Amino acid sequence: MTVERKPGFNTLAIHAGAQPDPATGARATPIYQTTSFVFDDVEHAAALFNLETFGNIYTRIGNPTQAVLEERVAALEGGTAGLAVASGHAAQALVFHTLLEPGDEFVAARQLYGGSINQFTHAFKKCGWEVRWADTTDPQSFRAALSPKTKAIFVESIANPGGIVTDLEAVAAVAKEAGVPFVVDNTLATPYLTRPIEHGADIIVHSLTKFLGGHGNSIGGAIVDCGTFDWLKSGRYPTLSAPCPSYHGITLAETFGNFAFAIACRVLGLRDLGPAISPFNAFLILTGIETLPLRMQRHCDNALAVAIWLARHDKIAWVNYAGLPGNQFHALAKRYCPKGAGAVLTFGLKGAYDAGIGLVSNVKLFSHLANIGDTRSLIIHPASTTHRQLTDEQLVRAGAGPEVVRLSVGLEDVDDIIADLDQALASV
Amino acid sequence: MNHDSYSDAYIRDILAGYRTIAMVGASPNTSRPSYFALKYLKQKGFRVIPVNPGQAGKEILGETVHASLADIQEKVDIVDIFRASDAALDIAREAIRIGAKVVWMQLGVRNDEAARLAEAAGLHVVMNRCPKIEYGRLSGELGWAGVNSRMLSSKRPLLGAKGVQHRMLATKT
Repeated sequence: MTVERKPGFNTLAIHAGAQPDPATGARATPIYQTTSFVFDDVEHAAALFNLETFGNIYTRIGNPTQAVLEERVAALEGGTAGLAVASGHAAQALVFHTLLEPGDEFVAARQLYGGSINQFTHAFKKCGWEVRWADTTDPQSFRAALSPKTKAIFVESIANPGGIVTDLEAVAAVAKEAGVPFVVDNTLATPYLTRPIEHGADIIVHSLTKFLGGHGNSIGGAIVDCGTFDWLKSGRYPTLSAPCPSYHGITLAETFGNFAFAIACRVLGLRDLGPAISPFNAFLILTGIETLPLRMQRHCDNALAVAIWLARHDKIAWVNYAGLPGNQFHALAKRYCPKGAGAVLTFGLKGAYDAGIGLVSNVKLFSHLANIGDTRSLIIHPASTTHRQLTDEQLVRAGAGPEVVRLSVGLEDVDDIIADLDQALASV
Repeated sequence: MNHDSYSDAYIRDILAGYRTIAMVGASPNTSRPSYFALKYLKQKGFRVIPVNPGQAGKEILGETVHASLADIQEKVDIVDIFRASDAALDIAREAIRIGAKVVWMQLGVRNDEAARLAEAAGLHVVMNRCPKIEYGRLSGELGWAGVNSRMLSSKRPLLGAKGVQHRMLATKT
């Protein structure tokens, strides 16, 4: 048997999930801006609703434009299947809705995007899902947070905002020992820099809004099933391993094998809770992904240059960027994201809170807004904005203290990026 | 032959090249994976003959259930095994006896001894795969469910003969 050639990352970014439209020959992915799809006859309809056959029914559950995006993200991550949803928050909500029952616990790193901290602390608590916090810089702290009720472990591969790189394999080992799936938010890294499946992840989530979409124009989220967790052997996840009451008693893990988790998120969570992505957003995001490798490399190269420049500036007290040789996560970055440490970095202003506010007011090229992963360079002062709902203690733990400014370095000429920071810092 | 992974060409040649499947362990229970596979493969144009001693003489989806492979009067191309791995050896022997061309074991079913026996007798073997999932994957239909088909192509997918949302397997890559 000849070994089939495995396509490279750049090729997958452009082609995975897509073929020319069979009806028209259209090469670019059509935007199927439709809510519904006709059936051949009642038999065909029944087969679709029973999951006996594959096809589109209703855009809340699936759509052919969305399907291209899903397969593309799954292929880039090396997973078995993907599910695109309305937002990264929705992706996380569906993952946990599928995994947990009221009264269950999960362990999460403290070093997370503020929105995830809020979701876990407040919204999930309302569902009876209890978060136990651990320290991503201390993998043993995950073991200490385990209990008989723990059903998942959650980390970010590169953590927002503080430029922390997680030792994925060390935390994966804890998850494996505990017999729970390891969920990794790979938003800041993207599969271009880090592929969590290679380091023990079972489920990957993304905010497509960020670097994958890449152009700041569409909110979206994705779940990737790595196909690595044995739901039947575990038996602790009845949604997957027991007969499903809303599908006439089929057992999802038996019927769908190693992509059962992604299917469960779609045919149960997405079906019943409804955070569907718009076909138009799916189109923009899948198009953005085609240039992911080019964009991510430029993001990293620019961010490193900016970090080096900031580190030498006399108004800057410290810079957090794992790409810098002196950084405490530099060794982990070389191991887990050797092509670059991402585009997001934080730094501390000697002038503290007021200097932070001054800086974001003075920039002219940087956009002052709450987002990361745009072609445009972005700046924010987390303490007064994205992390505002956190307690002071949570703020500092998340790397978002009062003197901290976060940059998402864009794709502009790096000299222009630095010149803007230079002029803005001059008067703080 | 390495049974940890199969090339797309190997699977495609089997699914596009043969027509009659004897499904050993077929179940009349509509929530079992074998029922789903039987229904789907029939719809794709395969002749699927259920084999299940406990259901012999009854019908599943219009097909008469046979008690054993030996009872089947027609030529069988693929023997599709929906039984536990340790049952596969005897079934492989039966498959060789009736002149089948392929022994195909379902998801979670793997028996390397049965595979060696069948291959020595000139049969093709596939293990730990579902023909419904593989057909869906290679035809592009499975992509609608966001599944990674692990295929890249700039050719137009083949539409099924009639109806909407039906894809057929292309015989060439």
